[in-house]
Amino acid sequence: MAVKTAGETGGRKASRFSEEGGSTLGLILKYVFLALVVGFLTFSGWQLLQDGSYPFAATFFITALFITLVYVRRTTVPLRWIAPGLIFLILFQIYPVVFTVYTAFTNYSTGRNVEKQVAIKSIENQTYVPEGAPTLNWTPLQADDGTAAIWVIDPATGEAHLAIPDQEWIPAADVPGLVLGPDGVPTSLDGYTVQANNQRFLFVSANQGVTFGTEEAGAQVTSSVEARETKQKYVYDPAQDAMVDQQTGKVYVNQEGVFTADDGSIVTPGFPVVVGVSNFTKILTDPNFRGPFARIFIWTFVWAVLSVLETFVLGMFLALTMNSPNIPMQRLLRVLLILPYAIPPFITVKVWVGLLNPILGMIGSQWNPGWFTSPFWSKVGILMVNLWLGYPYMFLIILGALQSIPQDMYEAAKVDGAGPLYQFRRLTLPLLLVSIGPLLIGSFAFNFNNFAIIDLYNQGGPPMPGAGVAGFTDILISYTYKIAFGGTRGNDYGLAAAVSIIIFIIVGAVTIFNFRYTGQLEEVSENV
Amino acid sequence: MSSAPVIPSGTVRKSPGMTMKRRRRLDTTWRLIVAFLFIAYALFPILYVIGTSLNPSGSLQSSQIFPSNPTLANYQKLLTSQQNPFLKWMLNSLLVSTTTAIITVALCAVAAYSFSRFRWRSRKRLLQGLLLSQVFPNVLAMVALYLILQQIGRYYPAFGLNTLGGLILIYLGGAIGFNTWLMKGFFDTVPRDLDESAMLDGASAWQTFYTIILPLVRPVLAVIFMLSFIGTYGDYLLAKVMLSNTEKYTVAVGLSLFIGQQFGQRWGEFAAGAVIAAIPTLILFYISQSQLQGGLTSGAIKG
Repeated sequence: MAVKTAGETGGRKASRFSEEGGSTLGLILKYVFLALVVGFLTFSGWQLLQDGSYPFAATFFITALFITLVYVRRTTVPLRWIAPGLIFLILFQIYPVVFTVYTAFTNYSTGRNVEKQVAIKSIENQTYVPEGAPTLNWTPLQADDGTAAIWVIDPATGEAHLAIPDQEWIPAADVPGLVLGPDGVPTSLDGYTVQANNQRFLFVSANQGVTFGTEEAGAQVTSSVEARETKQKYVYDPAQDAMVDQQTGKVYVNQEGVFTADDGSIVTPGFPVVVGVSNFTKILTDPNFRGPFARIFIWTFVWAVLSVLETFVLGMFLALTMNSPNIPMQRLLRVLLILPYAIPPFITVKVWVGLLNPILGMIGSQWNPGWFTSPFWSKVGILMVNLWLGYPYMFLIILGALQSIPQDMYEAAKVDGAGPLYQFRRLTLPLLLVSIGPLLIGSFAFNFNNFAIIDLYNQGGPPMPGAGVAGFTDILISYTYKIAFGGTRGNDYGLAAAVSIIIFIIVGAVTIFNFRYTGQLEEVSENV
Repeated sequence: MSSAPVIPSGTVRKSPGMTMKRRRRLDTTWRLIVAFLFIAYALFPILYVIGTSLNPSGSLQSSQIFPSNPTLANYQKLLTSQQNPFLKWMLNSLLVSTTTAIITVALCAVAAYSFSRFRWRSRKRLLQGLLLSQVFPNVLAMVALYLILQQIGRYYPAFGLNTLGGLILIYLGGAIGFNTWLMKGFFDTVPRDLDESAMLDGASAWQTFYTIILPLVRPVLAVIFMLSFIGTYGDYLLAKVMLSNTEKYTVAVGLSLFIGQQFGQRWGEFAAGAVIAAIPTLILFYISQSQLQGGLTSGAIKG
């Protein structure tokens, strides 16, 4: 809309920005809904804050603040329409990008995958049975809400307590409604049912490892008749940033997110810490990664370029063939020709894998140069499959582009005596490349990250010898996936994020170049 | 590019003795031959998998594409399998894709209306920002998304890892970027006089949007719904990363694992599953033939 309409002049602005039709009920509903959304976001942010997940918590708070401002201020009415979509964009697209960048500079990995507070809390929950701890007699109890508790009696002193998980022991004198039997075992007490003796075995197996009482002083049931006093095993010492083993006195010092003792033993879980650019230097210098990474990097480019080229050539050949008014049943033929495009790749790639199967496949059993075992022929196989998957798209867009080339240009060329070959080289091809160039670049970016076909064909295999998870047909995105989720020796999220960032830089540069080239960004300004 | 094969685009080389009519017939004939060769190439794997799904032996090995004694045994086996709850996968996929597509259409429609009809200070910048946000596809943030869902799951188990709710949230993150662009272009083609006069009659912006604009932009809503549905239905990577329990799989993840092991014996069941799984997108594809073309082109032509 290059032409501005009368409605944009100042006088009408106010009226166009008024949103409600004046209904009070609507207004109330709006504010109730707004309060719910903002309340939810704030509460979630607060919970995340408790766990020490500061960036994610901050994102929630900022989103809540943003929504409140947008829906309360009168000048931001247009934003109210966009805000719902923006919330999702911020929380699940923009924040993940920021978080990926952060992760790339940490050692986030298996064994280092919770926040520090959570890790400390989890370690401090561990208990041990101290040497010479008295053996206690116990009786199973069930609270009215179904949770378990026990009645403990120290046979040496005769002291009796009510022991509930995560609470301090309650002395018998303080227990309300207590009626004791002749053996000192309660027959009834408020809020609890005393369970029959035949329930003891079940109770022991259901409450294995449960500490009745607090970590500092509690008891665990060790057999159907005995319970032992337990103590908290590890205490966090903020001064040395270490865990101290209460049983042995051993000190586990925080080393890059894992509490480690001098002898190398550790307590888990650990937490990620910032390690600077070490993930990036690992890719570039570590012999375990440098070689495979370079090969995968090159193959990713070769793969993306060849995929675009082969589908373009075949699609163009087909489009030139079909671009004639004399062909009967045009519509039907066209639908049949683009059928591969209408079926999701997760189906068709596997069908091709079946066709190429060396023992049972229709093609593979007749001709098998190593479709899944030879590094070279695996690559040929994937390119072959991608040709079948990708040519219909090229056919569609090229046919569209061909039909928009004015016919009189060909007439003129013919008059000048240009043959078909000359016409194609000097007229059709250049015009095609101009109009579908951006789509070719888009196709390059798509194939650059085409995880599905690589993974479905052969999981990136055959494996590169001595290169960990890397395979010969792996591209960067499938390599990232394997580092993050496919490792047999644990997952390295930090390293995977670093590879993601390298991909991002490449794809981002290509895409922005494409935007510039097509003037898509400028189009916005023209359209204001 | 100079190595591209050279195809005469309009006519074949003329031999002097031929009449116009014969020449045209010859030209059409070779075009048809090429077309049929390509159709054979396009259909061969598809017919092959249909044939296999009807093959009673259930193995890959079969010299003819269509078995001489077709049965539905593979379908029966697939649908009653305890180990691979295929129907559950289909339902999961349909649920996730439909929900994502509906919410995407709703979010984009209101955003596109605002971009198309209101004028405010940072409109241009926000519109550019939306486009730029698409530079970083969310599959690249898979590690972060995984860790985020892990975190969310601690407080809201229904949206954590290994849940369909969490997966939908992730898909919605990428919902409004490009689709809002496409929609805005289409909204711009609806004459402003329509909403101007509605507003003069006292309609609020919401009423104008809901009663005047929405019915007129139905084609583009359908297009966005279909694009979103097909994209979500076909997603393999994010679903594979986020879902770990067989019961929770979408059909894209489930079907791929189906023939990971014991390839030969499961092939018949896989083929039956492939045929069923292809149906939703084929239906949409069939419906959208004209809709898609019309919706996309008119969306591209800005007012």
